[in-house]
Order: sequence, then structure tokens, then C-alpha cells
Amino acid sequence: MPSLILDGQIFEDQWVYLEKAEAADQQQVPEGKVVVPLATWLAQKDSLSSRADIGVWLDSDEEPEALADHISELALIAVNFPKFADGRGYSIARLIRERHSYQGELRAMGDVLLDQLFYMKRCGFNSFALRPDRSAEKALAGLTTFTEVYQAGTDQPLPLFRRRA
Amino acid sequence: MYKYDDYDHRIIRDRVNQFQDQTNRYFAGELSEEEFLPLRLQNGLYVQRLAPMLRICIPYGMLSSTQLRRLAKVTRDYDKGYAHFTTRQNLQLNWPTVEDAPKILAELAEVEMHAVQTSGNCIRNTTTDQYAGVTQEELVDPRPYCEIIRQWSTFHPEFAFLPRKFKIAVNSCPDTDRAAIHVHDIGLQIITDESGKLGYKVLVGGGLGRTPMIGSVIREFLPEHDLLTYLEAILRVYNRYGRRDNKYKARIKILVKAMTPEGFAEKVEAEWEHLKDGPTKLTDVEIARIKSHFVDPDYQALDNQPSELATPLAENKYFSNWYHRNVVPHKKPGYAIVNLTLKKLGVPPGNVTDSQIEQLANLADEYSFGELRVTHEQNVVLGDVEQSRLFELWEKIKPLGFATPNLGTLTDIICCPGGDYCSLANAKSIPVAEALQAKFDDLDYVYDLGELDLNISGCMNACGHHHVGNIGVLGVDKKGEEWYQISVGGASGQDASIGQILGPSFAREQMPDVIEKILQVYVDKRNGEELFIDTFRRIGLTPFKERVYA
Ligand code: SF4
Repeated sequence: MPSLILDGQIFEDQWVYLEKAEAADQQQVPEGKVVVPLATWLAQKDSLSSRADIGVWLDSDEEPEALADHISELALIAVNFPKFADGRGYSIARLIRERHSYQGELRAMGDVLLDQLFYMKRCGFNSFALRPDRSAEKALAGLTTFTEVYQAGTDQPLPLFRRRA
Repeated sequence: MYKYDDYDHRIIRDRVNQFQDQTNRYFAGELSEEEFLPLRLQNGLYVQRLAPMLRICIPYGMLSSTQLRRLAKVTRDYDKGYAHFTTRQNLQLNWPTVEDAPKILAELAEVEMHAVQTSGNCIRNTTTDQYAGVTQEELVDPRPYCEIIRQWSTFHPEFAFLPRKFKIAVNSCPDTDRAAIHVHDIGLQIITDESGKLGYKVLVGGGLGRTPMIGSVIREFLPEHDLLTYLEAILRVYNRYGRRDNKYKARIKILVKAMTPEGFAEKVEAEWEHLKDGPTKLTDVEIARIKSHFVDPDYQALDNQPSELATPLAENKYFSNWYHRNVVPHKKPGYAIVNLTLKKLGVPPGNVTDSQIEQLANLADEYSFGELRVTHEQNVVLGDVEQSRLFELWEKIKPLGFATPNLGTLTDIICCPGGDYCSLANAKSIPVAEALQAKFDDLDYVYDLGELDLNISGCMNACGHHHVGNIGVLGVDKKGEEWYQISVGGASGQDASIGQILGPSFAREQMPDVIEKILQVYVDKRNGEELFIDTFRRIGLTPFKERVYA
């Protein structure tokens, strides 16, 4: 099973990810822990929102605003990085945490490597589904690369200039 | 100048360690070429045609003599003994090895320098007026605001993987713009509102490159304390909606055009509503803290035009030429701003040797409170020279090659490294500059032409800012051969404009003669002392076209 980092600890990833379907309203959603595409969730939210084992994933060009009304009910939101150099997911994560006040698990998925984890964490991700060829042990170190930061972030609500002694 | 405290040192040291680890993993095969690429770029390391190139950041152009000496050492120890000042107030080493790059960065970190975000799709070095803090023309010193932006943009977690590179420039002079804010992704003009409150006019979407564009004003007045939250709103809109499918359409200017400036401004304002009263809003304490790093040095009470200056000015024509061309008025009586030109015949524009860098450090110590500035025009500036010592300084810099009195004239050419160094080039640019400098070596003729910018880029990326040169030269590739396209009528500054293409391109040997013809048209048509750009605006492109292609 691929590994997952959650709140600084290594686990096996128990979730199944469904790919985007042509007809989102007809996509079969199996039992168990399933992460469904945003479109599927939106099309089937009446039936899915009663389940506690459903997560939703957003692609980098999708709008987190679409989740706004139900966001607090979700057990897991994942944001896809189609390529590690596609930086839209960082803004999406901040919006989910800061604009929509989501408190649950926020996961980076897709092309998730080591050297981006620190920034991802700062933008609100607390969960990382690493690309399968990456070592989770080494990745942990990537979460603490910098011992100080200038900007406010989800991990540090005050910018350095409000904390400088 | 800004002095690092423990926090700043810690952040830059962590960065050096991080990059050392990344470089190790790259050589161990744990990072692919593609994965290492943005990491090394964001540490200033390009791989160029002949060797890697390290672009060292000079925040808003300021250097101390201590930093200069370290740059000289690094240039000597890790390179072939010379470096290149770029048009973006950075310094490039052309021959370091990838293995050495982390070591170079460690040496630079000791003197509060780095190469952070000098390359890659992130927020780059913020630039400003080379005369900031010493010119009489400015409203306030813009450097504290540049430093505030530097700290905010350094390792900003949300904006490290933008669609494309992102450049911010700040200007504080109401009537002139040496920072070229109209051709930056974001241009900030520091202004006051009717009540005298300080703030910024915000321009977005200017740029050179393949699709040159003049920036649009998206906010007439942004209050001083709202700087960072507003930048954050702009960057977030760009990060989310800027194009990522085509790198030639990925700059913010394309997004602003597609959404229209009004539409873009609306999006930004809506985003900003959520951010403006958040913790990133600047505080009085922080603004005062940063400003305290930019207080005036210990100026003496002096008079203008002391006899030590007036006498040689009257007696020595060469000195007087240099003085009128290369020396600029200072805000304090008895002081002057001095441009040291790095455009000597036979030397590629902007190139300096390690010993020249050390000489510059000595000059800064002896004449200018140990500080020096680098300019977009690839020259350097001593900001605080006593007028009574100008003659002495001039005599000293003549043999060093820093006193060519051509500032702002035809032969003060802005030129990118081009095909001699850069793997993206279509054509060489330095030999063109050299041929033009050789052709127009008659200084009286050059003076008579007056202010005239000639800018050369080796390809569409426009590092030589050819679009905004009064005469612009662009290297193009025609079936594998190097050709040059000429544009006329570009201008930087408050009335910036993009040059118009003259017509079909030329071979390198033809260039000096073609430029001469363009100049002849100007000389024939000029009214009195009219500047080249004004003549062009009056008569248009046609007369130039007719003469050149006759
Ligand atoms: S303009 Fe082109 S050739 Fe010149 S330095 Fe830039 S990328 Fe290289």
C-alpha cells in the first residue's frame, strides 16, 4: 500500500481514489473509504453526504468555492497536483483553510515530491499522499526544512514582522 | 542599507543547507533532472550553453564594500575571474560548477547575500531607482518598501510555482522613472493622496519579451500599510488563473489582457476584501523598523560647487565632459551622485573582473560611505560623493576604465549576454555592441546626439530590454543564421513606449552602417536640441525606413 504522511507520521494510505468520470452523476461509488472527484460529489451529494467515509478531491483548475456549503461535513479533502510545478494547489489549500475554515484532513495528492512539502504544509496541507517512488522517511525531513519564516501561513498565523523581538 | 538580524541569517542559512542537500540528492540520482531544475533555478543556477551560470541577487541594487570584496573572492575562487552585471540589478557568474554552487551560496550568506529566486517561476528580485535615497527627485526613499517586499516574497509558500516568472519594480520619483515600472509584472509608484497620506499607484501587466506591453493602472491609490495584502491578492489571482498551457502566454500581462484591466482589478479587489485586515497588513512598528536601516549617513554641512570642483570644471574640458555626462545632482548640498561606467570599448557591457570589483569596493569605502549601487544600464553608482573630491575621483577612475563619459548616450549600450553565453540566444549580442562602440568612438559626435538608448537582446526574452530602447536590436534566427531586427522609437521612463519594427532584419556586418543611417535621419530632421525620441515621435517611422532600405 502506498505511504501517507498525516500530521507528521507515516501511515499506509487506506483510501481509494476514483478518477474523473464522463458522467459524474452515474459514477459508481464503492463501499469503504473513497475519495471521489469534485464533480461526482456535487452530482451525488444527496446520497454521499450521509456517508462518513467519503472524501472529495479537487483538480488544480477547480474552484474550492463549490464545496463551501458542505465543507465542514467532509472527512477528507484532497487537492491534486497534476505536475509538481503546477502551483495552483497552494492557493486552493489556503482558500480551503482560511476562507472556508475547513478543519478536517487536507491532503496533497498526485505529483507530490519531497522538496515541496514545506510550502504545502505552510499552505494548510496536513496530509501527503507521496508519489509512490518517494521515501516517506526522507519526506518527513522536508516538513521542517526552515526553522523560521517571513510570511503568515496556515501553520503560523502571524508574519515574522509581528513576532520579531 | 538593510542589516540582517538573527532571523534573516537563520532563514538564509537554512536555505543554503536545503540546497546543499538537494544538490547531494541530485548527484546521488534521487532527484531527476526535471525535479532538480526548478530547485536549482530558484537558487539562481541556470545551465547555459557553455557552463552553469549563477545569478546572484543584489536586492534593489545595493551593495556594501564588504559584499563586493566577497563577490570578488567568489569570482576568483569559483569562476574565471570575471562577472557580469545584468539589466535586473543582479550579478552573474558564468563558469561555476553545479557542485560548487552550494559552497558559493554559503560564502555569500556570510555577507548577507544569496541567489534566492533570481530565476524560476517565482517572485524575483524587486528593483528600484538606482538613485534611491540620494536623489532630489524622489518623494520618499523607496528602498524600505523594496526590503519589505523582499522579505514577504522570500520563500513565499503560496507563490513558489507560479505560471511564469514575476517581477516587481518600485518608483518614487513623480517626474521620472528609472525603475521602468511600466514594463514590470507589477509596477508600484509611490504617491500621496489629497490629504498627504502615503501610498502607491498600482500597475499590472507590463512586460517585455515576446509580447511587449505597457502596464495598466488597476488601483489609483493603495494606502501604505496595505502593500503586502494587495500584492498577495494580485499574486493569488494570477497563480490561480494565469495560463499554464503555453509558456509564451503565461505572464500576467496575458491574463490581464484576457480579463481586461478592469475585470482583473475587480477580481483582485474581491480577493483583497478577505485579506486586507488580516495579519499581513503592515504595522507602524515594522515600517519604522525597516526605515531605520535606510537613514542618511553622516553627511557634513557643505556648499555646492566648491572651488575644488569649479576650478577644474573651468579648466579641464575632459573632466567637464565627464562631469556633465556622468555626475547627477544629490539631495544634499555639496554632494554628488557619480556613475561609474562599465562600457569601455572592447569590454562586453556589464563585465567586471575580480580586481575591478575590489577596486569598486575601495572606491566605495573611500568616497561613498562604503556603499555602491548597480544600475539597469549595467553601470555602477557611487551615491554620496563630496563635490570637492570629484576631480580627485575622476583622476583615479580614468585608468581603471570607469570614467568613459558616455552615460545615457549612444555608446552606453544595454546588452544581454547573448549567444556568447546564453543557451537561449538566437544570435550573439556582445559583438554587435562592440562593433557599434568601435564605429561611434568619436565622443563629440556621440555628445551631440544627446540622450539616446540603444538596447540589444540576443532573443525574444528581451533581457537587453530592446523594446524600450530608442533604438532596439533583437537577435533572430533565420534558417540557422544570426540576423538582427531593428526597432525604433521605444522609450522607458514615465512616458514609456514600445519600439516599432523597422523592417526586414540585417546581417551582423551591416549593423554599424544601418545604425549610422538611422542616426543621419535624426540629425537631418532634428529641431535644435531635440532628443532622438522626440524627433521620432514627431516624424514617425517612415523617414527612417526610407533611408535604411533605400
Ligand atoms: S535576451 Fe535571450 S539571449 Fe539574451 S540573455 Fe536573455 S535569454 Fe539569453
